[in-house]
Amino acid sequence: MPYEPVMRALGICVVVSPAVLLAVLGLTALLGRPLRERAITRWTHAAGVTGLVAAIAMLALMLATDQRIVQIQIGDWVNIEAEHFHFHVKFIFDRLSVPFVILTFLLCGTIGKFTSRYLHRDPGFSRFCVLFAFFMLGMIVSSLAGTIEVLFLGWELVGLSSALLVAFFQQRLNPVRNGLRVWSVYRIADAAFLIAAVTLHHMTGAGDFTGLMGTEAWPEGHATVTANQALFVGLLLLLAAAGKSALVPFSGWLPRAMEGPTPSSAVFYGALSVHLGVFLLMRVSPLFELSPLLRSAVIGLGLVTAVYAALTARVQTDVKSALAFASLTQVGIIVVEVGAGLNYVALIHMVGHACLRTLQLLRAPTLLQDYDLLKNAIGTHLPQQQTFWERTLPPEVRNWVYRLASERGYLDGLLNELVIHPFQAVFRWCDRMERRWTDLLSASRSRVSDQLDRNTEIID
Amino acid sequence: MNNILQLPWLELAILIPLAGTLTVMFVRDPETARRRVLIVCGLMFACAVGAWLDFGQLHTFEAHDHWDLVTPWLGEDAVVIDELSAPLMPLAALLYLLTAVATLRTKMGRFPFTWTLFSAAILMATLSCRAPWGVIGLLALQTVPPYFELRERGRSTRVFVLHMGLFLALLAGGWALLQSSEPGSPRSIWAIGMLTAAILIRSGSVPLHCWMTDLFENASFATALLYVTPMAGAYAAVRLLLPVSPEWAMRSIAIISLVTAVYAAGMALVQREARRFFAYLFLSNSSLVLVGLEVATPIGLTGGLCVWLSVGMSLAGFGLTLRSLESRTGRISLDTYHGLASHMPSLAAFFLLTGLASVGFPGTVGFVGVELLVEGAVGVYPLVGMLVVVAAALNGIAVLHAYFRLFTGAEHRASITLQARWPERVAVLTLSALILGGGLFPQPGVHSRYHAATELIARNPHAPAPRVHAGYREPDAPVGQMVPSSASRLAERVVTAPPAPGSPSGR
Repeated sequence: MPYEPVMRALGICVVVSPAVLLAVLGLTALLGRPLRERAITRWTHAAGVTGLVAAIAMLALMLATDQRIVQIQIGDWVNIEAEHFHFHVKFIFDRLSVPFVILTFLLCGTIGKFTSRYLHRDPGFSRFCVLFAFFMLGMIVSSLAGTIEVLFLGWELVGLSSALLVAFFQQRLNPVRNGLRVWSVYRIADAAFLIAAVTLHHMTGAGDFTGLMGTEAWPEGHATVTANQALFVGLLLLLAAAGKSALVPFSGWLPRAMEGPTPSSAVFYGALSVHLGVFLLMRVSPLFELSPLLRSAVIGLGLVTAVYAALTARVQTDVKSALAFASLTQVGIIVVEVGAGLNYVALIHMVGHACLRTLQLLRAPTLLQDYDLLKNAIGTHLPQQQTFWERTLPPEVRNWVYRLASERGYLDGLLNELVIHPFQAVFRWCDRMERRWTDLLSASRSRVSDQLDRNTEIID
Repeated sequence: MNNILQLPWLELAILIPLAGTLTVMFVRDPETARRRVLIVCGLMFACAVGAWLDFGQLHTFEAHDHWDLVTPWLGEDAVVIDELSAPLMPLAALLYLLTAVATLRTKMGRFPFTWTLFSAAILMATLSCRAPWGVIGLLALQTVPPYFELRERGRSTRVFVLHMGLFLALLAGGWALLQSSEPGSPRSIWAIGMLTAAILIRSGSVPLHCWMTDLFENASFATALLYVTPMAGAYAAVRLLLPVSPEWAMRSIAIISLVTAVYAAGMALVQREARRFFAYLFLSNSSLVLVGLEVATPIGLTGGLCVWLSVGMSLAGFGLTLRSLESRTGRISLDTYHGLASHMPSLAAFFLLTGLASVGFPGTVGFVGVELLVEGAVGVYPLVGMLVVVAAALNGIAVLHAYFRLFTGAEHRASITLQARWPERVAVLTLSALILGGGLFPQPGVHSRYHAATELIARNPHAPAPRVHAGYREPDAPVGQMVPSSASRLAERVVTAPPAPGSPSGR
């Protein structure tokens, strides 16, 4: 193939451009010599444009040569030949990954430009851009991953950068608490993902997607596992996707994530990050053909999420939360589409939705001004009409639904009561027992830390 | 002979800190003592690295010093370097060096310089000793510096003494009983049981782990850190237990260690003070090392040995960062938010980097090790092995929880600069380079640990028969034909259908 070396170079360029950005920004920050704002902006733009051009060129070449799948083999990152253990690094350019990569570069580039003004001279500008580079690399690696382990690698990068960006305004308490909540949900999702990866590996002998889904280009692949295996791995991956895409019952973290700066909210939770779980489901969609139960679970979860988010979005009192739940509604619908096997519809829906939400979230800080413009244009207040449901539902039912939606389905409360509080209670009880035990052994109060002033201050 | 080092690196690595102990012992001026400790630790580190590099050139499983003076007197296992100890020696020496480097002037008055050098010499001797009674004696000697420090600080020594006393009694008693009994006899089973219990105590396995948190509570941070981070319990397990123990002993250690890993991870999440938090985080991660060691399959053992190095490196860095914070704030509560990131951004970044490395975050030195460990554990204990993943997830939450408590959530006001000083920067950057370098280029480390693992298994007469990982294709099997094995029990338990053919390509 005459174009093969060119395609390989382009493919590597797509992955390397965000990696170089991260290396430059990360290492200078770690060495305590962060770049100036202008230099950071230039590097970010350069990485975004380079990656985007390479991805578009790859798409053009694929169309010109009528290739539906291009595999870029990087090699074995780790290889224990005698045990047949390979950590193979491979990237796949196909109908699923190429649109997602182009979308990622496009939106990241837009947000990079927006950030250079929005966070101009902000003390955290450099930190934001480092985390942004983390995110971009994670998204690109996840999108192009040819093995489940490489996908996991990108998945983790996205998770960490997301959590730290939610806590971006780090001197305030709420963003930090919300960042921890987001991270905790992500870690549960990551655990499910890792177990799925290991299980998959044991079942098929490889983490390679082509080993699992056949060699056909997406979405025509056929899974090579049994129905029960598909169900088990599929449910684990569905759990991972639910955590990442804030599907029920993990939806509580999405509005919390809006504590971060607007650019990160827009690109992460409105556009890209929230679709990563869906992307995973699309990647493994051939599994659904094997198990009707798994397919039903996917469709059911998508439907429940869509209905829940649609109700909740209507009673939010701030625009970012309303947009977050509106976004979740669409994500739920996309999950239903994936479950129903409408892969191309889901892909187009996802790309369109990501672009729309990015625009809406970027406009969110000027919403009041936009409303004023509208009012001035029509010369009166915006008309408010009763909706169909307001006219037809009895007031008791409306109030009940309103309360349920206002409390966001009590999902956070349920997670607190059923998981977090019992967990803390059990381990705090263990801690008290340990204290008694060491007190008994030492025949005195064994914990110096109990006697310390809790409100420690710097010793000036 | 091709297994002789070019210089007496090992003897020098032991004698230099021992001689240093004598030169520092009578020095009254802390500044002079610190300078000497730095020189001694630097030389010790140079010797350990020399031994490692020299050994690497020999391509052999074990090697002895040039001009070896010890072997004629104490036997050939008294001072020897092998594939297990080769990277552990420089790592241990580096920990001592960085701890000394990162000791600020504010801490000098209380830093136990003499005991530190003494414990460094003992640790170097332990790591270069394979003779069972030598290892037992040196492990006993290691308990001396913390004991005297606890006494000097006026703290209760009872928890430490009771646990370490029991550990040493079981270890020495078990080994003596083993030597005097026939293999497979009831006496030998008792002996192995005693050795197993001893290893579990020294490694801090639940429920005999309280000495570790007590040590962190009452000893100086540096002493506690240097006593636990080299993971002498794991070393004793490999030297004493692995060569003699039947499968049941290794399996029981692995399962107890798994439980410990999850329990300690959960405990780390509810701690209200930074040192106790660190103790549990370390306990959880070091238990994962034991899981890998006792799984005793090539992949599991390789994972255990990789995690040993990564955890030693990353949690030592994590501990040094906490110590740097303590030297500025005193003991740190996790009940409140401190918001220190704006005052010490590089320490905050390093705290996060080392913490995430310890839980196997991608791109750091721990990632591949944890992957191998999960692979090995799941291969042997299909469902129980999942606990490794749970423990890693909980540890990840605990690390970020502590990061947020210490570095964010409040606006901190200070009238003096709290930035990292240059010695701390040196320590931070050195470990960062190792953590990131090992993470981005893991193959040499993994290859070396795999070779060590296979040699250790080959030398273990009780090792389980070699396993083929589930679904891995036998070298001469036809493409597409998978080999069902014990490792595929996971799939078999979860699903009822037979394993399906898959791709021949590797992972």
